[in-house]
Amino acid sequence: MSRIELNEISHSYLREPKGDTDYALKRIQSVWDDGGAYALLGPSGCGKTTLLNIISGLITPSTGRVLYGDLDVTALPPEKRNIAQVFQFPVLYDTMSVFDNLAFPLRNRHIDKNDISKRVQEVAEILDLTAFLKYKAAGLAADAKQKISLGRGLVRSDVAAILFDEPLTVIDPNLKWHLRRELKEIHEKLKLTLIYVTHDQMEALTFADKVMVMYEGEIVQIGTPQDLVENPEHTFVGYFIGSPGMNFMQCTLNGNVAQVDGAGIILDQKTADLGHKSQGKLELGIRPMHVELSSEQVKNSLPAKIKSVEDLGSYKIVTLNFADKILRAKLAEGASVPSDKAWLVFSPQWIRLYSDGRLVK
Amino acid sequence: MDIILDSVSKTVNGQIHINNISLKIESGATNVILGHTLAGKTSLLRLMAGLDRPTSGRILVDGRDVTGLPVRKRSVAVVYQQFVNYPSMTIYNNIASSLKMSGMKKSEIDRKVRKTAAMLHIEDLLNRLPAELSGGQQQRTAIARSLVKDAELLLLDEPLVNLDYKLREELQVELQDIFKQRKAIVVYTTTEPTEALILGGNIVVIHEGSVLQSGSTPEVYRNPATINVAQVFSDPPINLLNGTIQANTIRLANDIEIPLNSHHNILKSLPAGNYMFGLRPNHIHLSRVGEKDAEIRVKIELAEINGTETFIHVNHGDFHLVVQEYGIHPLQIGSDISIYVDPSLLFVYDEKGSLFLSPFKNGLD
Repeated sequence: MSRIELNEISHSYLREPKGDTDYALKRIQSVWDDGGAYALLGPSGCGKTTLLNIISGLITPSTGRVLYGDLDVTALPPEKRNIAQVFQFPVLYDTMSVFDNLAFPLRNRHIDKNDISKRVQEVAEILDLTAFLKYKAAGLAADAKQKISLGRGLVRSDVAAILFDEPLTVIDPNLKWHLRRELKEIHEKLKLTLIYVTHDQMEALTFADKVMVMYEGEIVQIGTPQDLVENPEHTFVGYFIGSPGMNFMQCTLNGNVAQVDGAGIILDQKTADLGHKSQGKLELGIRPMHVELSSEQVKNSLPAKIKSVEDLGSYKIVTLNFADKILRAKLAEGASVPSDKAWLVFSPQWIRLYSDGRLVK
Repeated sequence: MDIILDSVSKTVNGQIHINNISLKIESGATNVILGHTLAGKTSLLRLMAGLDRPTSGRILVDGRDVTGLPVRKRSVAVVYQQFVNYPSMTIYNNIASSLKMSGMKKSEIDRKVRKTAAMLHIEDLLNRLPAELSGGQQQRTAIARSLVKDAELLLLDEPLVNLDYKLREELQVELQDIFKQRKAIVVYTTTEPTEALILGGNIVVIHEGSVLQSGSTPEVYRNPATINVAQVFSDPPINLLNGTIQANTIRLANDIEIPLNSHHNILKSLPAGNYMFGLRPNHIHLSRVGEKDAEIRVKIELAEINGTETFIHVNHGDFHLVVQEYGIHPLQIGSDISIYVDPSLLFVYDEKGSLFLSPFKNGLD
């Protein structure tokens, strides 16, 4: 096993790329520690699958190097890298038994029959597939099939990392919980490097220790789930992480007050100072869960009109008209919502300022 | 307007896809059909659309019997999971295609196409071809094509499932507004409880070709009539525990005892016996919230942190529970902790799995 380093990687699918926009990946510099659980999160077209395929060797990057430990693997094909890949749709031999499916990668490597049997049993045990070993893969449910795909990666003892490309897309919500949990347990047990590509923030955040948020061919932030929620470094991260995403409002500064279309929102001194030092277009960001609602005027509260309330079971989303803008607030299940007019409190500790889209800090 | 399914069944090669469903679905609110994959959601939509003919039973639209009437003779628009657009036509012509066949005046077609495109924010893309659009824009086009027709029945079969999570979130909000402006009967299928809750309106929960429960969406969420409904309509999955009520005590497993006192008069009034208890993960806490809370000792199996909440998987012997707690709680796997449960938030099911007591039906006592 080894750490993976991406050194000045860029990639274009065009033969003669010209401007920045011709590149699917612009300039990726990143180190992935051995045994870590990583997620690559971003919308369609952000370059996350391209990056995954560069790590696995399915694509050779236009520029830059891929290192496994000290070894330069940039030019090596996938089969020469100790990597397993699990795809969105399970890749299996439907007519083979589960056992034979799991044994397949080992038989291809001409491994001793007894060793194969032992290894397959071990992996089946980890994945709760022991009872299915004799069955044909064709008859199994989607989650069991996806586990077999994963098992085919795990069965090789020389695997350094497992790459997952949206593995839960075809799985029902309840089974997702189950399968995601098993993935985490496997990670705890085997300490393999796992790299998980998804557009689903919930999957990325619960799975990974470190999440890399990608946007238009770049990694815009690498952080723990907590970092991404509390301190988005880019307005895109604020928007993309969280349901609904962060509220953003254009503002100007006046002392420690942010002016938003006539309404003045009080900032803490540190945030205001940082804002004054920065140049560029300023925006104020606050997460819906940090917008507090009150039915009466309280200290430092600002008036807003309630547009709609959605009851989402374990919480509520309130849509508000505030200073000619639409804001969203997230309230707990039992919280009472004022009927028409509400007073908003923006807790200064959760207000972030952005200059031309970047967090001021 | 309404569509009535009267004892409708559909059997294909001896397999029952739809098992004796009777339903009345009305316009004026979004109607969500929630069920797992293969529960029969698509089969049900196809029957409503007239794409398939029921094996038995009748289908009535506004009182007219339309059973067996082919789809082209009905006023129906369908949006599929896999967006279908004509690849060689511009977005404009794709949206206009269903109107051109109706012989509508050109100026009227133009007005409708532009209005519908604006509603779905694709008005700047009208001269492009589908292949030049992103997946989200293509699905918007497919939705626009179905909306432009002003059909009586608008059926959407997991229309957002192939889109990015964030796009889904945006369209869910927009679609609610769009549905509100229409007179049509809107039916929308999904596997996802959260999507059902966002769309609101009314819900029909189906499982293995049968209707388990129907009603207003938040109402069904708070009063799932059977354990099956509670399982289909929970994300994260609801915790289910076998237990008994006896001598003013709820007993779970062999050794978890929750004494009932004057705070729990409704629970105390239940007949002694065996029950199944349901507990939503967000109703369990890592610290004591109220004086009514009971303490349960558990071992931590796994903690998942999503940045705002922590999902803690714990066990007490053979009992496995998921706790959904607000905030970030880094917890050591294998360590023993206490969790706190307010017994009055328990859903109580009888041994057959029917709802006996809901914390929401009776008011939180």
